[in-house]
Amino acid sequence: MQESTPDKTQEIRGLPWRYGGRKGKYMQLTDLTALELGRKIKEKEISVREAVQASLDRIAQTDGAVGGFVTVDAKGALARADEVQKGIESGQYTGALAGVPVAVKDNICTEGLKTTCSSKILYNFVPTYSAEAVLNLQKAGAVILGKTNMDEFAMGSTTETSAFGPTRNPWNLEHVPGGSSGGSCAAVAACEAPYALGSDTGGSIRQPASFCGVTGLKPTYGTVSRYGLVAYGSSLDQIGPIAKDVSDCAAILETITSYDRKDSTSIDRRETDFTSALADDVKGLRVGIPSDYLGEGLDDEVRAAVMQAADVLREKGAVVEEFDLSLVEYAIPAYYVIASAEASSNLARFDGVKYGYRAKDYEGLHNMYKKSRSEGFGEEVKRRIMLGSFVLSSGYYDAYYLKALRTKALIKQSFDRAFEKYDVILAPASPTTAPKLGESLSDPLKMYLGDIYTISVNLAGLPGISVPVCTDGRGLPIGVQLIGDCFKEKKIIRAAYAYEQARGRWAAPEPAAGEAALDNMQAAGSAAKEVG
Amino acid sequence: MANIISDETIEYVGILAKLELSDEEKEQAKHDIGRMLDYVDKLNELDTSGVEPLSHVFPVNNVFREDVVTNGDEREEILANAPEEKDGAFKVPKTVE
Amino acid sequence: MAKQYETVIGLEVHVELATKTKIFCGCSTAFGGAPNTHTCPVCTGMPGSLPVLNRQVVEYAMAVGLATNCQIHQYCKFDRKNYFYPDNPQNYQISQLYLPICHDGGIEIETAAGKKVIGIHEIHMEEDAGKLVHDEWEDCSLVDYNRSGVPLIEIVSEPDMRNADEVIAYLDKLRLIVQYLGASDCKLQEGSMRADVNLSVREVGSEKFGTRTEMKNLNSFKAIARAIDGERARQIELLEEGKPVIQETRRWDDNKEYSYPMRSKEDAHDYRYFPDPDLVPVVISDEWLQAVKDRQPELRTEKLARYKREFDIPDYDAGILTESKRMADIFEETTALCGRPKKVSNWLMGETLRLLKEENMEPDELGFSPAYLAKLIELVEEGTINQTVAKEVFERIFYDNADPEKYVEEHGLKTVNDEGELKRVVEEVIAANPQSVADYKGGKDKALGFLVGQTMKAMKGKANPGAVNKLLKELLA
Repeated sequence: MQESTPDKTQEIRGLPWRYGGRKGKYMQLTDLTALELGRKIKEKEISVREAVQASLDRIAQTDGAVGGFVTVDAKGALARADEVQKGIESGQYTGALAGVPVAVKDNICTEGLKTTCSSKILYNFVPTYSAEAVLNLQKAGAVILGKTNMDEFAMGSTTETSAFGPTRNPWNLEHVPGGSSGGSCAAVAACEAPYALGSDTGGSIRQPASFCGVTGLKPTYGTVSRYGLVAYGSSLDQIGPIAKDVSDCAAILETITSYDRKDSTSIDRRETDFTSALADDVKGLRVGIPSDYLGEGLDDEVRAAVMQAADVLREKGAVVEEFDLSLVEYAIPAYYVIASAEASSNLARFDGVKYGYRAKDYEGLHNMYKKSRSEGFGEEVKRRIMLGSFVLSSGYYDAYYLKALRTKALIKQSFDRAFEKYDVILAPASPTTAPKLGESLSDPLKMYLGDIYTISVNLAGLPGISVPVCTDGRGLPIGVQLIGDCFKEKKIIRAAYAYEQARGRWAAPEPAAGEAALDNMQAAGSAAKEVG
Repeated sequence: MANIISDETIEYVGILAKLELSDEEKEQAKHDIGRMLDYVDKLNELDTSGVEPLSHVFPVNNVFREDVVTNGDEREEILANAPEEKDGAFKVPKTVE
Repeated sequence: MAKQYETVIGLEVHVELATKTKIFCGCSTAFGGAPNTHTCPVCTGMPGSLPVLNRQVVEYAMAVGLATNCQIHQYCKFDRKNYFYPDNPQNYQISQLYLPICHDGGIEIETAAGKKVIGIHEIHMEEDAGKLVHDEWEDCSLVDYNRSGVPLIEIVSEPDMRNADEVIAYLDKLRLIVQYLGASDCKLQEGSMRADVNLSVREVGSEKFGTRTEMKNLNSFKAIARAIDGERARQIELLEEGKPVIQETRRWDDNKEYSYPMRSKEDAHDYRYFPDPDLVPVVISDEWLQAVKDRQPELRTEKLARYKREFDIPDYDAGILTESKRMADIFEETTALCGRPKKVSNWLMGETLRLLKEENMEPDELGFSPAYLAKLIELVEEGTINQTVAKEVFERIFYDNADPEKYVEEHGLKTVNDEGELKRVVEEVIAANPQSVADYKGGKDKALGFLVGQTMKAMKGKANPGAVNKLLKELLA
C-alpha cells in the first residue's frame, strides 16, 4: 500500500503552497471560490453565462477522467444562467451567491433533473419536486450544473459503490475521492464546480472533503431541511456545503439553512448569519483534542497534520489541550446498527411499483419485489438492508437497536461533558489519506472502521467542518476536522477561518497523474455527459 | 466468528427485506453479517442499564400541520415515474388476499 | 358428555377520522375522486418526502380516548410497521406500537343479559392504506393512493366479549360515541369503521385462553355475527378432532359463511417496529388535555337523560332520537326553532322513520333542514294546512329539502277557511249522497265519516277536517 516516498517529513514541510496550481495571471474563472465568482458577477466583470460556461467547459475537459458527475445539465444550466442574469439586473437576486453555478449530490431531489442516488433502482427517476435546500439555493440565484456521483444511497466511504462507476480523486486518479459525497468533493477539487451540496450521515461530507483537499461542513442536525434528501439514516442525515474555503461554506450554509415546516425534525434556529463568524480571532478559544483519537490506527502523517493545525491555533492565542473523550470505539457499532436499521426501512419503498427500476421477468407480486430489488440494489446496499432487517427482527430489537440507541445517549453525554470544557474539538477527519481504488471494498468492516472520527458527530447531532491542512508523502491531501457543540457552527467556522488565514490559499490542483492523463482526460471529456 | 448466521436466518431476512440472493451471495451475506454482529457485540461491554434510548438528539416535540387542504390534483406528477400505469393508477402484478 | 365451550372475543376497530386532510400531508380526504387525484409525494412514498402530523388527528384521538374512559399517554410517539404490500407506498405503515396515545379504558354495554364493561386496551393513531383494484381485462391489480394516509384510530379492546350480541352492542356503543364526538361518520358499509375480530374458544371453566385467529373483511353487523358463529364452530371442530388452532389472519367470506387464511408464506409477520425518525414525539400538556376535555360534546347517555328530563318524551322515543347524532341534532334544532318538542318527536318518530325505512336509508343520511320542519309544524299549528297536506309537504322536505311555505303557496295547498265556500261544497255533497245522509240520520255514525271524506276530496284536501265535521253535523241536525 505504501509507495516509496524517500523523505516524507520533508515533503510535508514544503506544503501546502507548493500545490498552487494556477496562480496570479494564470488564474482562470474556475479557480475562483464561489464568493469570488459571485463578486465578479455582481460587479458585472463577467456574466452568469460566462461563469456557467466556464464550469461546463471545465467539466468537459476533466470529468471524463474524474467522473464527479452522474448527470450534467448543460442546456438547463445555460438557460437558467440567462434567467438569473436578468434576475440580478432586476434586483431579484442580490445575494453573494447569485449566478454562481453549483453541483448537487445525486441523492438530493431536483425537479425535472434525474436523481438516481447512483443506484440502478432509480436509474430513470426524475423528481417532480425539489429538495428544500435546492429551493433555497435557487431563491438565491444558484445555477445547477448537474448531479454528482456518490456511493449508492450514500452507503460507502469511497464512491466506488456507485452503479455508474467510481469517481476518481483529482489529486491522483488512481485513488478514491472518499465518500459518500465523493462526486461533489472531486468536482469542487477539480474546479468543475465552484461549490457543491453533499450529505453527511456518518462522515460523508467531511471525509471526502479531506481526501480531496476541499472544505466541507456538516451542520447541526435539523439545520438544513431534509425534505427532498433521499433518506439513508434519517436520524443522522444532514445536507451541507462543500467548497474551496471556509468563507464559501459559511455563505452557502447561510443560504441553505431554513426552518422547514415540511420536515418535522427541522429546527427554528436563531442567529444563522454564519458569515458573521468569519473573523481571524481565536484568542482564548478553548480547543480540545481527544487523545483517544490519536492512538492506534491513525496514520502518522495525519497525526502530524492535526498537530500542525493545533500549533497554528495555539500561536493565534487559542488554548489547545488533549483530553479523554471516551467511548470512541463504540460509535461505529452503534452507528451501523442505527443507520442500517433505518436504511432497511427507508429503502423499502424502492420496489418497482411507483418509480424507478422494475425487473423485466417475474412471476407475481413478491417475485417482482425480490427481483426488482435484487437487480436494482448493489452489493453494499443489500448488505446494509440485510443487516438492518436482521437487527430489527423479532427477538433482536432490544439487544441491537435499543442497545445502540442507549450507546448513542452515552456518546452524546460524553460530548456534552467535553463541550463544558472546550469550545471546539480538533480531530482527524479520517485515519488515513485517500486509499487506492479497489483497496477498501474487499473488506467492508475495515472500510467501516475508516469512519471512526466522523461517525460520533452524526450520532450526537453535532456540527463539524473539515479543512485541508497539507498533503501526505504521496501528494494526497490531509484534512482536519473541527467539531462544535450543537448549534455552535459559528465557533467552528471562526476556528477554521482563523486556521485557514494562517495556512493561506489552498489552490486547485491539476489532476496529478501527469500530462498523459490530462490528454486522456480531454479525450474522455469530449464525450461529456448530457441529460437525456 | 461468535455469531453464526444460519441458512434459515439468511432465508428469513431475505423474505423480510424482499431480496433474493444467489447461493454465493447468501454465503457472503452470512459471513458479512456474522462479522458485523461480532463487532456490534462490542456494545455489550458497555453498561447501559438505566440509560434511556436516544432516538432524537434534540427534545423537539409537537410539530404539527393544521388541518387545511394544501394539495390539489397532482396525479400527473405522481404517475410521471411509474414503471407501468393504467387508468390513472399504478399497475402491479395481480394481488390476491 | 359433550364438552362445553366458551368463545372469547376481542375487537380491533379501525375508525377513519373526519379530518379534512390526511394524517401526514395536506391532501384531501374527500371520497370519490378519480384514482390518485388526492395524492402528493408524501402519501405516495416518493423518495425524500417527509411526514408532518395533522394536529386534528391528535385532538380526535384524545377526544375518543377521553370518551371511552382511557388514560392518555401525555408523551406518545409514532413507530414504523414494516411490511411490503403495494397499497402501502413506503412499504411501512406509520402507526403507534410502543407508546399509543390512549390506554386502559372501557365502555359499558347493555345486552339482553344485562350490563357489562368491555375494556379498551389501547387506542392508537395510524395511516390508512391505498386501494387495490383487480383489473379483469389484464389480470393485474391497479393501485390508487387516494386513501393512502387517511387518518385512522385503531381501538383495541380487551378480550372481554363472549358472544355476537356483546360484540354488536360494543360496536354500536363505540359508533355512537365516535359519531357524537364528530370524530368520524363510522359507516361500516363504506369502510369508515372496520372491525377485525380476534376469536378463540376454550372449555368452560378454563382459565387459559385458546389460540386465537384474527378475522378481517367484516362489512356489516350481520356479517360480524355470522363470522363469530362460523369461526367458533370451525375452531371447536378442530379441537374436537384433536387438531390445533393456528394463530393466523383469516378473511371472512360472507357468501360462503367461512373464513380463509389470508397471507402467504412470503409474509413473515415480523413487522420490525421501530420509532419513526422522521416524526417527533407528541407531548400533551395538562392544559391541552383539559381544553379537549372542556370541548367534549354531550354524549349519548347524557343526552338521553336530558331529553327525558327536559322534553318529557317517552323513553323509547328518546332512545330512537339519540341513536343517531344526526337525528338528535335535527330534533334539538327543530325544537329550538318551534318550541314544540312533542310535535317534533312525532314527525321524526313517525313520518321520518317511515320514509327512512322505505328508502332503506340510515338516519345519518338525513339531509333536510330543521328550519323547514319547524316551519311545517307551525303551518299545521296555525291551521294554514291540515295534517294530510302536511304529510305531503313533509315528503318534499324529506326528499328535496323544499321550503314548506313556498311549496304550500305554489301548489295552492292552504286550507280553505272561507266559510261560504265550505258551506257550498258541503251542501253539494249532502245533495249528491242522499243514501249516506239517510244512513246517518238513521243512526249510522260511520256515514258521517264518508261524507267528511267526500267533502275533503271535493276540496282537494285543503279543508280543515274538524271544520267539515262540525259543519256537516250542523247541517244534518
